[in-house]
Amino acid sequence: MLTSFAAPNGGAQCPTGGRAGTDMSRFGMVIDTRKCVGCMDCVVACQTENDVPAGYCRDWITTEVRGQFPAVSMEIRSERCNHCDNPPCVSCCPTGASHVAEPGHVVLVTADKCIGCKACIAACPYDARYVHPDGYVDKCTFCHHRTKEGKDPACVSVCPTHCMYFGDLDDPKSKVNELLRTRKFHTLLPEAGTRPRVFYLT
Amino acid sequence: MFEITTTRHNPLIDPSLAVWSWEIPVYLFAGGLVAGMMILGGLAMLRAARGDDPRTYFSLHTPLLAFVLINLGMGALFLDLAHKLYVWRVFLTFQPGSPMSWGSWVLIAVYGALLASALIRLPQAWPWLGQRVPLLQRLSDWLLASAGRVKALGWANIALGTGLGIYTGILLNTMVARPLWNSAILGPLFLVSGLSAGAAAMHVASIFLPRRPPPQGMIGGAVSALCQQLGDEPPERRTVDGLIRADLLFLAVELVLLGLLVVNLQTSSASHIAAAALIVSGPYAWAFWGVIIALGILVPLALQGLELGHRIPHTILPALLVLVGGFALRWVMVNAGQASHIVHAAGL
Repeated sequence: MLTSFAAPNGGAQCPTGGRAGTDMSRFGMVIDTRKCVGCMDCVVACQTENDVPAGYCRDWITTEVRGQFPAVSMEIRSERCNHCDNPPCVSCCPTGASHVAEPGHVVLVTADKCIGCKACIAACPYDARYVHPDGYVDKCTFCHHRTKEGKDPACVSVCPTHCMYFGDLDDPKSKVNELLRTRKFHTLLPEAGTRPRVFYLT
Repeated sequence: MFEITTTRHNPLIDPSLAVWSWEIPVYLFAGGLVAGMMILGGLAMLRAARGDDPRTYFSLHTPLLAFVLINLGMGALFLDLAHKLYVWRVFLTFQPGSPMSWGSWVLIAVYGALLASALIRLPQAWPWLGQRVPLLQRLSDWLLASAGRVKALGWANIALGTGLGIYTGILLNTMVARPLWNSAILGPLFLVSGLSAGAAAMHVASIFLPRRPPPQGMIGGAVSALCQQLGDEPPERRTVDGLIRADLLFLAVELVLLGLLVVNLQTSSASHIAAAALIVSGPYAWAFWGVIIALGILVPLALQGLELGHRIPHTILPALLVLVGGFALRWVMVNAGQASHIVHAAGL
């Protein structure tokens, strides 16, 4: 596990203020699609930080092209579990393995409670989960081991274009809130009613 | 133009969700089948408690068969689990929002009700066991000594069978991410399909009734106890006709519910219309129209109608077709459901 990911913008500018989240926190991520170049550093950082098995990924790059030539637009996004406010993967879990954890109100899976029934995988509209080769269901944790200590997730820390921001959505002074107040943004499949907490600036 | 490319490549997730294979359709089919058998058996118990001759109702004599079938279904479910050694975790908690948690606990009660129901006739049907475990004989006598106890057991079978049958549909229904499953009709549809499959299973089991004299030993007695003989005579014609009439009703209701499911999806959002297309005109259309509707419902309806009118001899062919159709329904719904997804608005 790499532990040397220093926040590129320094702890003082870390969206959580460089402090560990509190029980009142509600972590979220904002990604500026105008800056993202799809370099996949975030994907590699996640795989290294979290020992993601070869052939699997907790985050990935999606490229969306739309329009008719010459009016064609392209959006590049770094995608992952949306840590939804209304997570269908949590409510369908028969053992409570899939749960909402503090600080940050993030959605996690307790491996030794998971029976591998895969109901949560079928329930997730974002297909953000997979069966780990060891049998339990795995997914992005927002790097909870880092964020609960006030650090950014590994993907945010390494982003060379600084297009990813992480912070407390319930803190009106946080960088993520400032961006959501001042920029246009969208979420993925809002019609699913899951209230995702990864936002894409456009 | 609208084009999405992704670097994600997780096994069983991409390019199309395929986390559930044959095991879940088998589990859902066995669950529905047993649910149907329990409801029919429970109704027979209520009639028997009222004073009818219990030998008239074949469904009274198959709870042990249902017990074996539910174990086959649970075996398939266990094979599907990816983290098998942790299966006991299900029974350390109750998650009220999870249909699977409800189902796990209902299944525990189903096991109890099926074993208690089997006990009614087990000592007579399997003398080898009855002689070696006198407690079973005493429990059987105790159950049969009171009409109230048989009645209570009958209601327990009906309630648990209904819960189990609906659960097999609701399990899929609650997953918002798969539009094909987003219809509460799945609950009653799977329940009625389970009833028709339960009646069909009893039809098929009836031809395996032990011939006179039934085996009484350790192994032969155990096998013959699965569908305990009614007596020296074959079932009365009116009993068989009654089962056929019930099956006709179940199949007709199933057909209506399937029609409502398609209407429900076709008149809903773009995602639901796309999901309906998977079974109505897409890759699963042959199984939906050919196996579920034609072979599994229409042909048995016609054959059983002719049998009731004494125009053709009674065979188990319609029952076998109903069983094939019942399994095909679960197979299509599980697989096409996984292939369905919320349609991106920009892609329309």
